[in-house]
Formats: sequence, C-alpha cells, structure tokens
Amino acid sequence: MSAISTSHTDELVRIRGLRTQLGSKVIFDGVDLDIPRGRVTAIMGPSGTGKTTLLRHITGQLVPDAGEIVVDGHDLSKLDRNALFDLRERIGYLFQNSALLTDFSVFENVAFPLRQHARLPEELVRNVVLMKLQAVGLRGAAELMPAELSGGMARRVALARAIVRDPTLLIYDEPFVGLDPIALNQVVKLIRVLNETLGLTSIVVAHELSAVSRVSDEIYLLAAGRVAAHGTPQELVRGATDWTRQFFGGEADGPVPFHYPARDYAADLGFAQVRP
Amino acid sequence: MSEKRDSGSRLGDGLAQVGALGLFLLQVLAAIPRSLRYFAETVRQIFFVGAMSLVIIITCGLFIGLVLGLQLYEVLSRFGSTASVGTVVAIALYRELGPVITALLFAGRAGTSITAEIGLMRATDQLAAMEMMAVDPMAYVVAPRFLAGIVAMPLLACIFNALAIFGSHLVAVSWLGLDNGTFWSNMTGAVDVWTDVMNGVWKSAVFGAVVTLVATFQGYTTAPTSEGVAYATTRTVVYSSILTLVIDFLMTAFLM
Amino acid sequence: MTQRRSHQIGTGLFILLGFTALGYLATQTTSLANYRQGPTYALKARFTNIGQLKLRAPVKVAGVRIGSVTDIQLEPDRLEALVTLAVDRRFNQLPDDSAASVFTSGLLGDQYVALKPGGSPDMFKDGDEIILTQSSVQLEELIGKYLVGSGDSPARKPEEAKPADPAPATPDPATH
Ligand SMILES: Nc1ncnc2c1ncn2[C@@H]1O[C@H](COP(=O)(O)OP(=O)(O)OP(=O)(O)O)[C@@H](O)[C@H]1O
Ligand SMILES: [Mg+2]
Repeated sequence: MSAISTSHTDELVRIRGLRTQLGSKVIFDGVDLDIPRGRVTAIMGPSGTGKTTLLRHITGQLVPDAGEIVVDGHDLSKLDRNALFDLRERIGYLFQNSALLTDFSVFENVAFPLRQHARLPEELVRNVVLMKLQAVGLRGAAELMPAELSGGMARRVALARAIVRDPTLLIYDEPFVGLDPIALNQVVKLIRVLNETLGLTSIVVAHELSAVSRVSDEIYLLAAGRVAAHGTPQELVRGATDWTRQFFGGEADGPVPFHYPARDYAADLGFAQVRP
Repeated sequence: MSEKRDSGSRLGDGLAQVGALGLFLLQVLAAIPRSLRYFAETVRQIFFVGAMSLVIIITCGLFIGLVLGLQLYEVLSRFGSTASVGTVVAIALYRELGPVITALLFAGRAGTSITAEIGLMRATDQLAAMEMMAVDPMAYVVAPRFLAGIVAMPLLACIFNALAIFGSHLVAVSWLGLDNGTFWSNMTGAVDVWTDVMNGVWKSAVFGAVVTLVATFQGYTTAPTSEGVAYATTRTVVYSSILTLVIDFLMTAFLM
Repeated sequence: MTQRRSHQIGTGLFILLGFTALGYLATQTTSLANYRQGPTYALKARFTNIGQLKLRAPVKVAGVRIGSVTDIQLEPDRLEALVTLAVDRRFNQLPDDSAASVFTSGLLGDQYVALKPGGSPDMFKDGDEIILTQSSVQLEELIGKYLVGSGDSPARKPEEAKPADPAPATPDPATH
C-alpha cells in the first residue's frame, strides 16, 4: 500500500470554518479542527451534535455549506469523482451500524474491497482476509452470512473490512458500541497496534471515556456546533471547564443541553397558555 | 401543515418526481460503461429478475392463452371466423398483451424485490459503505439491474407468448375441435416476424427499462426507514404500471 | 463462489429458454413458417379479378394449407391475372378438373386461393393450368348489387349480405 505521502504539513486532515445546516438545524457553526498524522484522535460529544456528520464531511460523502476541508493535501471541494474515489481507496471507514453487504458471506464482505480494486491471486486474498478476521477474533465465522451475526460480531467484521487494505486513514464511528469487555479490550489494543506498527492515522468517534482515554492521543469535544474543548485526555479530564466537567461527569445540567431543542415543556403539556 | 396546501402541491410533487426520474435515468446511462467491469453482477441480476420470474410468467401465460382461446372462439364463431382464432390470439399477444401483461407481472415480481433490496441497502448504509470503499453504487448496484431488466423482459415476454399460444391451441384445437392445420395456417398466413413478433420484443425491452428504472429509483431514493421502504415498494408497482401503459400508448401511436 | 456459479448456469438456461421461445414464435407462427417448405410443384390459374390476393397467400384444400401463391402477373393481351401457385409435393393427388377460387378468410380476413377437388381420374402435374376458376367476390359489389336490387332497409344489410355469399366464407370444419 502507498503509505503516508511526504507532505510538509503534519496534519492529515485540516478543517477550517466549517458550516453545515441539515434541514432547519444548524449542525456546525464554524468548526476548526486538525487531525495530526500518525496519531489517534478522538472526537467526542453529546449524541446528535454531528460527529457522524463530521466524518461524512471528511470523506466527501456530504458537502458542507461553507468552509474548507483538506485531506492529505487535497481540498475536497476541488476533487472530481474519480479523484475522490482514489482518495477513498486509502481510507478505511467503520460505519456506526456496520453496513455489511447482506448478499455476501463474512469472508466475501472482508474480501470485497480487495476484489474491487486489486487483481490479486485468490490465495493471497484468502490469506489477507483470514489475517484480518483473526485480528478481530472471527476467523471461525468466515463462512457465516451477516444475518447470522450478533451486533457486536457484525461490528468486528466491519472493522476487519475497514482495515483490509491497510489504509492511510482509518475512521471509526463508535467502534466500542455493543462489544463485551473482552472484545472491547481487543479492539482498543487493535486500534493502538495498527496505529503504532503501520503508522496509520486514526479518527475515533466514541462515548466511552475510559476506552477513549486509553486509545487516543488527542480529544476534540464537539458541542453546539463548535469545538468545545481540545487537548490530550489528561488535559481534558484535569483542566475542568464547564463543558468537560459536565460531559465527562455525565451531569444533565450544564452548558451542554441534554434536550433536543424544543418548545417550552409546560406549554407542550398544555399547562401554560400559548399566545396566538 | 394545512390539508389544502398538501393537495395543492401534489401536482408539483408529481412533476418533481418525473424530473428526478429523468435525471436518474441520465445518471444510470452514464454509469453503464463503468458497470461493464461488474459483468458478473449483471449476469447474477438476470438470474434474479429473469429466471426467478419464470414461474409466474409461465403460469399466467398459459392461463391467458386458455382464456383467450375460449373467448375468441366463442366470439369469432358468431361471424363464422373461428379459423382466425390462432391469428387473433397471436397478433394480440405479440403486439400488446404479451409485452404489457409481462411488464405488469414483472413490476409486481421483480420490480418490488429490486426496490426492497436497494431500499434496504440505503437504510442499512450499505450504499454509503460502497461509496466509502470507492465502489460506485450506480455502477455496481443500479446499472446491472437496469441492464438485466432490458435483457430479461423480452425473453420473459417471448416465453409468456409461447405459453399463451400453446394454451389457446389447447382450447381451440384439442378441446373445441378446430382443425389443427386451419389454426396454424391462418396464423402463419397473417402474422409477420418484423411488424408483429419483433415489434413486441422492442416494446418489452423498453418496458423492462421502464420498470427497472422506476424500481431502482424508488429504492435508491427511499426514506431510510422500514416504513419508507414499504412505501417505495408500493410506489414502484403503481408508477411503473402507469408509466408502462402510457409509454405503450405513445410507442404504439407514434413509432409503430 | 459455488452459489455464484449456479446463478451463472441459471442465467444461461434462462437466456437459452427465452431465445428458444423467440425462435419458435418467429419461425413457426409467422409467415416465415411458409418459406421453409418441402419440394413443391407449380400450378397456374387465371382470374378476372383477384381482389386483395397477395404474394405468399395460402393455397388451401378443405381449409388446410397445401401451398402458397408465388407469382401474380397481369396478362397484357387478355387483361386477366395469371397466378402461379406452389403446391406441396405431398399433395399430388389433385384431380385435373379441380376448381380454384379466391376466398376471404372470415368476413374481413385475408384472401387465399381455395382448391375444390373435382372427380377426374387424371391428376395435375407440374406446370399445369387450372381451367375452372372463380374470381374474388367483392363485398362492396355484393352490397351494391343488393342495395340497387331491392332498396330495402340498410339496417338489415349485413344479415342479408351473408347468404348472398356464393360459398361459405370459411371452409371451417368446426362450423359445418
Ligand atoms: N438528513 C438529515 N436531515 C436533517 N437533519 C439531519 C440529517 N441527518 C442528520 N441530521 C441531524 O444532524 C444531527 C447530527 O447527526 P449525527 O448523526 O451527525 O449525530 P452524532 O453526533 O453522530 O450522534 P450519535 O452520537 O447519536 O451518533 C442530528 O441532530 C440529526 O437530527
Ligand atoms: Mg453518529
């Protein structure tokens, strides 16, 4: 695989002035964010702040209303479809809901990116796929169909598929959800090992603070359409701002609204008169 | 959210849908050259939309033939023209009934399953996953099904017609006693390969394109929920049936 | 992989079946079926009026096809239509006093040449001419004749026109 390109900047992804509106809801209102090369960067934030949306921007699945997104030196807004696909061939993406192809067996799902983009001998495909399945502990499940997997198993298969081509950038959308403590430990280790041995850059979106602080070098905390905090796990846990204290402490009241924007509660229940 | 505004904008919604379908057609056509590298996928889809529709096509073809034989024998005997049963059955089938009924059955059998399948791919992020693996779903998912529809539909219509001819022969000759030679010689005297048989073949190729286009469009643009997929499946049957009949009229009136 | 293989085989069989059906429809149920006939012998017949008789129109005995019209010429001197028929060699037992008529299949169908076997002990040979011929009966003529002849209510025209027909419109065994 073509490894990291020798660009001068030491960040793989650079986002400036990102603004996005979906429907009537403003998701991002001026986000600046850098993903350093060769590190594991975690993105955290309350549910519905737009973490998945941010990942969709980084991979060019969604075009922002304003702002600049540069991935490995390429301004995404200037790439045509082919160039974007070339870039994506070097990105592994773990979907929040696994997104395995239901027509294919576990083996064929993991082999899919290999078969699509490289004419490899069958023997080699087999070895690579079984290696990746071994890494997530599911080599024995190779012949199962996606419908026969549990949610946690499906996520690990999706992880094997994301890493099968040894990408430059690996994006994990909630990799720890639905894993038992053993599998979770393995996945945490796997992310670190991939990062250290292959020099990958990783972006991890997750909620589990303990796992995140073990796996990541840096954390971005998103809230209310902006970057609310940024730093190493230790800095964020220690340097208590209102945002971080509430988020990591899990308190319902604070600057991060627990509630989706809504009308006045009392009015909704009909206790107060709504003026016409 | 007033009721009136909803029904007032329905016409606009309909036009927008037609426009979106047209744009989708252009995208599919543009994706066809890229889809040629997934030839095996097209072959697989011909199996799913074609071979898997055989049972319903064969059954319906046979029974339509039986009924046509009965009805036409009865009606034509009023004019002393029972000798033309075979001719009328063949011409009606080749030019109209074969392509149209096959298209309607195809919409119900293959169209719905295409919509449900692609809709589910949308709802479970499989299409997005393909995009992320640098595989264009237009070329890998949509275009092969579209091509498979164009290939499979004329073949299905021919099989349908052959069974229907067989059925009408069964009724008119074996049951009602029409002379076998009369049945065939009248038919072969009046039916033409190009203006009747091939005409129907071109028609059904167009219908195959129409039904699979609507089915893939509905699946591709479905709301990513189980309810959305259910609605999209219904819409596939309704829209592709209507569109088939409208295009049938236009083709018959202006091209043939 | 084996599943993929079975899909490929299934697709192949399906395409084969479809093209078989198409081939059958195209060659057995259309006018193409008439090209592909065995050895024939030629007969000629003169008609004063052949109506809408066309090339490749069937030649029938007792309603069953035995050949087709291969040529239609106007004889310059006699101003009659000279029609050449190709008759299947299997039907070489046609008495040489058989009569040829141009008939219409059904009330409004295509026209064909009907041969009515005679009683002569001698049979037609290749190139013979059929002497006894009857020209096409024009529906318009019949109607015209009838209207002039009686001037009756036009509403009853179709019913009256039918018995005036010199021969049953369809030599269909089932209706006899
Ligand atoms: N297609 C859409 N149209 C309108 N709004 C959308 C659309 N997709 C997402 N949203 C909104 O965007 C917001 C961010 O969604 P996103 O999926 O990025 O959240 P998230 O941070 O990943 O949350 P979670 O942690 O629960 O996965 C949500 O409030 C959602 O309601
Ligand atoms: Mg998310």
